[in-house]
Amino acid sequence: MDNLLRKVEEGETREELPHFRSGDTIRVHQLIREGEKERVQIFEGIVVARKGSGVSETVTVRKISVGGIGVEKIFPIHSPRIEKFEVVNIGRVRRAKLYYLRDRAGKSARVQTKRDRKGV
Amino acid sequence: MKKALLGRKMGMTQVFDANGDRVGVTVIDVDSNVVVQKKSSDGPEGYSAVKLGFDRAKKLEKEGEESEWRLSLPEVGVFENAGIDVPRKHLKEFRCEEADLEAYEVGEELGADLFRVGEWVDVTGTSKGRGFTGVMKRHNFSGAPGSHGTHEYFRHGGAIGQSADPARVFPGIKMPGQSGDKRTTIQNLRVAKIIEDENAIAVTGSVPGSKGGLVMLRTAVKKQQT
Repeated sequence: MDNLLRKVEEGETREELPHFRSGDTIRVHQLIREGEKERVQIFEGIVVARKGSGVSETVTVRKISVGGIGVEKIFPIHSPRIEKFEVVNIGRVRRAKLYYLRDRAGKSARVQTKRDRKGV
Repeated sequence: MKKALLGRKMGMTQVFDANGDRVGVTVIDVDSNVVVQKKSSDGPEGYSAVKLGFDRAKKLEKEGEESEWRLSLPEVGVFENAGIDVPRKHLKEFRCEEADLEAYEVGEELGADLFRVGEWVDVTGTSKGRGFTGVMKRHNFSGAPGSHGTHEYFRHGGAIGQSADPARVFPGIKMPGQSGDKRTTIQNLRVAKIIEDENAIAVTGSVPGSKGGLVMLRTAVKKQQT
């Protein structure tokens, strides 16, 4: 039964996806349509959560914008409107969902950096 | 041309459309559809329709029984008369124009390729049963205020009519009762994807009933097909 659903999702998913998990800093290259023109907008921030599976999978990215305002965007990972994901930094975190970052500001809202990741 | 298929609801997932927007789709398994009978307005039935069979029956494992299938002999006979080797568990017919009958042939197997991507369909099924429910769940009533002196009257429906004149409750007043488990049709869903090698169709939006439920896809009544 589930196989048939997976079959529908076939061809909808992204072919190339770098490995990243919560705590990592990524750059999302998103295609923005303005009238007739298309351009790429880059959103860089910390991965706060990855949710869902298959085509439905999403990633929540958080960044501190100008004026110290926290901004979170949820991207469907397999959306054709996203050109690519780039991993900028690997973070060392101890949980899968980093919602605690929302209550923090400044120094305590940082994530420790890891040099590399085992077994990837 | 009027087209129809029987199917089994397999579950929901999502796909991306041409704009890159996400669309929720329901996957319907339409394998093993077969034309069992054609009814014509000249014939004994007096109206035109096509009868479809769906879902191959299993063989009985016991020997010496009268019927070799897990169906009664009269049920098997319907398929024998039509010249179909494997009888099907479900029979349903759909009405069509007299001229459409020529496109179908008794014994012919129909599959997902009957429809094209982008076509509009109506999907009929049996909605999920909710048992005996109150008026808020069944008819979307608002209930009563949660405070301001309300006493034991939170999910009630309120008044059901007038007084000595007419001295009765009008038929059709919305009241509590059995909700769901009823034939339901969702109109104007779009065929989003066809998986021919699995004989499955994905339609946009939701479809009545639970996973594994029997549904019928028909050409949409209220949409002009392009």
